[in-house]
Amino acid sequence: MSPSRLLSRIPRNQLALAAGLVIAAAGLAALLAPYLPLLDPDVVDTPNRLRPPGSPGHLLGTDEFGRDMLARLVWGARISLLAGVATATASMLVGVLLGLHAGYWGGRVDTVVMRLTDILMAFPYILLAIAIVAGLGPGLTNAMVAIAIVGFPLYARLVRGVVLSLREREFVEAARALGSPDRVILRRHLLPHLLAPVVVAWSLDVGAKILATAGLSFLGLGSQPPTADWGSMLATARTFVVLRPHVALLPGLAIFVVVLSLNVLGDALQDFLDPRLRHN
Amino acid sequence: MGRYLLRRLILLVPVLLGVSVVVFLVLHLAPGDPAEIMLGSQATQEDVARLRADLGLDEPLPLQYARWMAHVVQGDLGRSIRMRQPVLGEVLIRFRATLLLAATALILSTAGGIALGVLSAARPRSLVDRLSTLGSIFGASMPSFWLGLVLMVCFSLWLGWLPASGMYGARGTGGLGDLLSHLALPAVTLAAASMTIIARLTRSTMLDVLRQDFVRTARAKGLVERGVVLRHALRNALIPTVTVVGVQAGYLLGGAVLTETVFAWPGVGTLMIQGILARDFPLVQGCVLVIALVFVLFNLAVDLLYAFLDPRIRYE
Repeated sequence: MSPSRLLSRIPRNQLALAAGLVIAAAGLAALLAPYLPLLDPDVVDTPNRLRPPGSPGHLLGTDEFGRDMLARLVWGARISLLAGVATATASMLVGVLLGLHAGYWGGRVDTVVMRLTDILMAFPYILLAIAIVAGLGPGLTNAMVAIAIVGFPLYARLVRGVVLSLREREFVEAARALGSPDRVILRRHLLPHLLAPVVVAWSLDVGAKILATAGLSFLGLGSQPPTADWGSMLATARTFVVLRPHVALLPGLAIFVVVLSLNVLGDALQDFLDPRLRHN
Repeated sequence: MGRYLLRRLILLVPVLLGVSVVVFLVLHLAPGDPAEIMLGSQATQEDVARLRADLGLDEPLPLQYARWMAHVVQGDLGRSIRMRQPVLGEVLIRFRATLLLAATALILSTAGGIALGVLSAARPRSLVDRLSTLGSIFGASMPSFWLGLVLMVCFSLWLGWLPASGMYGARGTGGLGDLLSHLALPAVTLAAASMTIIARLTRSTMLDVLRQDFVRTARAKGLVERGVVLRHALRNALIPTVTVVGVQAGYLLGGAVLTETVFAWPGVGTLMIQGILARDFPLVQGCVLVIALVFVLFNLAVDLLYAFLDPRIRYE
């Protein structure tokens, strides 16, 4: 069978299922890291430094300080996944709030919010995050704050667009005619309509945020040593990539597999929530 | 077109002002005294006081901004604390390397992306099409800095074909060949993700165009398929690609920061990271401002080009 036929035989939902399993496994490992039979991720063991994968007692080998790679990858998952979910959620909350009000009230509120997003989007994404970390100072929390700030315009614009089209619809007009206050219209009539597009955008955004946090950590601006996080593991491993490529390849592979699974899941969710795409 | 250009230029003013405010505020985000943070714990009170006076930190914030802007518009971005040199000169020298890297990556991603997109659309569901689709999913999920390391391990360490880092070799000739061999890996690393995006878009617009009547007419006239695809369909499919190429150019400028760090490419990105780690705020502000300005102007150029290619845009 030709490779193209082989590829076409993998149905989309099975791909999404596999992606879901990867995410579930990574999430469970991250949650249960303290209870798993793993070595201490921060214990230095220099006589055993840079052991290759498959060494006795170290399934995935050791890093430049002799620390167990498997333990560091699992503990690193806690930070990387948490950073992705937390920053995407923070961006979403701020963006939805601003976009909802900008779209509903229009006028000056809309102008201010839209000009703010224009300005933030006038920077290349990662550059603005770097600039904010430069001001706040390197560190994981500051990196997460920076990435959350940089990310909210995407949601604000998305939500504003949806609200602009919804606010003139009959059901909103009816609610207004019945005397519902704006607060109730916003919360009870408009917010539920935003759920599907926002959930899809969020699910695709978590992966992007994991990449961005790892990128900042890679530059030395995110989590600081000895904390294990996939981006900073890659950064410190760069020096030893000549001697033992696995120290750099494994954390990158972890980021790649998790982000790929998140993107596949996000796509599947989009297809599921948008009936027009379901049969394509 | 003239009126559209004028409107776009007027709209640029608030964006540029906003960008300048954000870059200015970078210095003031840190809790505490920026002068103390910049000079570190070893600095004497006199040094701190001198730097405070140099940067005008004792004045109210709006006045500081106005003074800073007055210098910026005259091309004075301040002096680097670490290098004791004017920031603008240093940034411009490094910017040439960044521009070379980003431009090469842009050419690679545009040429490669369009070629892949056309091949995929000409033969939907073929192996090329499926691999290109797979590549686009991979491209969006792969950290560019990791791809850089993988390429470095393969092509520099294992195969020994290309140098691993820098812009010129220590024992190299310093000529074009030396530069190109150093440029290859960072440019491919930076171009990879953009190439997959451009390929996806070209594929979908080509598929739309290939279904239109004028393509059917061209085929009915008995033209060879290659001529129909390349001469008739591709020309019409390129308009949306121009916009995406423009967006990608901005992304490449930002993404260059990470790629430069992997390959120790002496661009403005590595300069900025050195500045951040040394808490050299004027240097960081200069780097961010120059990249953001180029990004904004490039986006404007792309919008104008788009309006030129598609006259409907001008009248919206």
